[in-house]
Amino acid sequence: MKGYRRYFLNKAMWFAITFLCAFLLNFILPRLMPGDPVAGIVAHIAQGQSASAGVQAIYQQYTELFHTNEPLINQFLYYIRNVFRGDFGFSFSQYPRSVVSVVSSSIWWTIALQFPAIILGWLIGNTLGALAAYIKKGFDKVLMPISIFVSNFPAFGMAVILLVIFGVSLKWFPTSGGYGYDMIPHFSLDFIWSVIVHYQLPFWSIVLIAIGGQAIGMRSMAIYELNADYVKYARFMGIKDRKIIGYVFRNAMLPQVTGLALSIGTMVGGALIAEIIFSYPGLGYTMLHGVMGQDYPLISYTTLIITLMVLVAMFAIDIIYGFIDPRVKAAQTE
Amino acid sequence: MRNTIRQVFHSSNFLIGFIIFVFLLLTVLIYPLIIRYDSLQIIGQGTFFPPGLYVNTYDSINANTIYVLNLDDAATKRISDKLSNTDRLAIEDWLVTYGIPETEIDVNDTVNLLELWENNYDPKLSFPGMTYAKRQYYQRLNNSLSGLLATEGVSIATLNPDSGALEETGTVNQSDYVNVGEVANVRLLPLGTDNFGRDVLTELVKATGVSLQIGLIAGLIATLIGLTLGLLGGYIGGFIDDVIMFFTNIFTVIPSFVLLILISFSIGQEHRGANTIAVVIGFTAWYWTTRAVRAQVISLRNRDHVNLSKLSGHSIFHIIINDILPYIASYVVMAFILQISTAILQEASLSILGLGPRTTEVPTLGLMMNWSLIYQAELLGKWWAYLPVIVVIALITFSMNLMNTGLDQVFNPALRD
Repeated sequence: MKGYRRYFLNKAMWFAITFLCAFLLNFILPRLMPGDPVAGIVAHIAQGQSASAGVQAIYQQYTELFHTNEPLINQFLYYIRNVFRGDFGFSFSQYPRSVVSVVSSSIWWTIALQFPAIILGWLIGNTLGALAAYIKKGFDKVLMPISIFVSNFPAFGMAVILLVIFGVSLKWFPTSGGYGYDMIPHFSLDFIWSVIVHYQLPFWSIVLIAIGGQAIGMRSMAIYELNADYVKYARFMGIKDRKIIGYVFRNAMLPQVTGLALSIGTMVGGALIAEIIFSYPGLGYTMLHGVMGQDYPLISYTTLIITLMVLVAMFAIDIIYGFIDPRVKAAQTE
Repeated sequence: MRNTIRQVFHSSNFLIGFIIFVFLLLTVLIYPLIIRYDSLQIIGQGTFFPPGLYVNTYDSINANTIYVLNLDDAATKRISDKLSNTDRLAIEDWLVTYGIPETEIDVNDTVNLLELWENNYDPKLSFPGMTYAKRQYYQRLNNSLSGLLATEGVSIATLNPDSGALEETGTVNQSDYVNVGEVANVRLLPLGTDNFGRDVLTELVKATGVSLQIGLIAGLIATLIGLTLGLLGGYIGGFIDDVIMFFTNIFTVIPSFVLLILISFSIGQEHRGANTIAVVIGFTAWYWTTRAVRAQVISLRNRDHVNLSKLSGHSIFHIIINDILPYIASYVVMAFILQISTAILQEASLSILGLGPRTTEVPTLGLMMNWSLIYQAELLGKWWAYLPVIVVIALITFSMNLMNTGLDQVFNPALRD
């Protein structure tokens, strides 16, 4: 257990350092953008105002509010202060809402959509890949080309095609939104049903993409393991096939767990695009609005939240990995 | 070397991927030589013209030779074009509501049906329960039906600028035809026009070229950085390796898509050219090549032939080039191909978010996707605006991954069936 704790602390430190870097990048990068973000908002608010003194006053007020006229180091101090106050400052495009209140209404949609979809896609993909490696013949011949094609299909392409087939042509599912546009979120059977119906298309478009890539990876790992010497040896020993397969898939599974950790970042990126296509009220959609409104506090916060989500997911996988892979423990106790 | 190439081309996966890729590449190179339209020129006044052959009406009427063809089914086709099956059923509905017994109406007997309609229809009439929209529909239908059964032609008249009167200059008969080859202005739009009224096919070919270029630049940058850092870290080790691995680990954990969004956003719309985007993608994608190259170099570093080379007093540079690179070359090529296809996808995703290259110079596959999504082509059923783009992107990434799988099977014998 002592070895495992060292492994845990080591990983935790790594993630903390990475998060710090991500935090700094999140602050600096959007502020390097050329042009004055306040000017855009002022132009929008002061529409119809002809007195230039009035516009000037509004401009002044907003510049002071957002501190855009101060040196970067002061802005950073304000940023830190806002972080500790827990509101991350105002959103430019949706002033006077704070960034946190804008994002907190969308983050649960994203979490509820993406993680179940990614996990389910991973499970189905690995099962199919393992079956393809074991059964071979017809199943493999059909599954492999489909998997290669599907996994190469751009995530947004899959989303658009599902939308056109099941939403526009067949009209089985609604095409956009997280719930009916005539509804206000509340707790009732109608609303929950509407959410479930709206959930299907974005969910399956993410699952389908995840299946293909995982199936290919699992198939080659399983083929590699099936040809390993220990399998041949076990066969000579007369051990039952089912028992051997148990060993094989446990060994083939391990790299796939790391694969999940590595690909979660990419998958979340693809899933954000799926949200945009289905106008799903999650982080991807919020980010799109941030980009259109040149709202850098919003963008910086959404990207930070996404990074944090991915980091937490990867950390969790790493911790679980330490439990299931005996080699990790062995390496740490040496 | 020659043997390896022959072996690679024996792999059916690689061959199929290679053929698809070469086909795309040749199209991109040859198409502009034959068809010299400007890819971003706005030709259509309006959005989303469907695919087809567009024949100039003015030129057709004024064609030098008018051919007369007496075709039996011409009248039937003309009528069925104006009077669809749903229209016939709607007419029947109206007549029944009006009070004509259903037995007298035969929807397939056009002459009879129209006669009944013309005798009985009154636009002012309104039945209880009929919506305003439905009434409007019947009025429009009535207008389009007038003169449908006429057999005489149409007069062409020009305006006399002095008197302001119309003067007949000619007639067009129902049996008049022109040969499309003889009409001066004919434009083929195989994929219609997009939301701005631009020729989709020409735009698509240009966009494919630009996207491939973005992929190539990004892939080259990512692979070069990844290879250099991986070789240095793996072979030299020590402090340099620690520093390199520190940055590699950070880049691995921060989602590269998030970095891409932040960097593209901070560059600003005006400064984002296609090449800038490519460079940005390249600089955020090198990390996994570094990891993989480093791991392989570490396993090669203590092989006998490398030690022998060290003993012979060769320089580090010489050893890396001659004793290590050849062993990882196949892997680097595969990583390069993967980097290209990922970069093309990344560009497309960025563009959909509105963070792609600026829109005024060249189209890219991502920008075309972005435009069609903004104008809701997918909801309006304008498949020609988005489907070809998706297919081309899928073909590019599919062909590259097939080549990769083929290479993998050649260089990793354990994966062969």
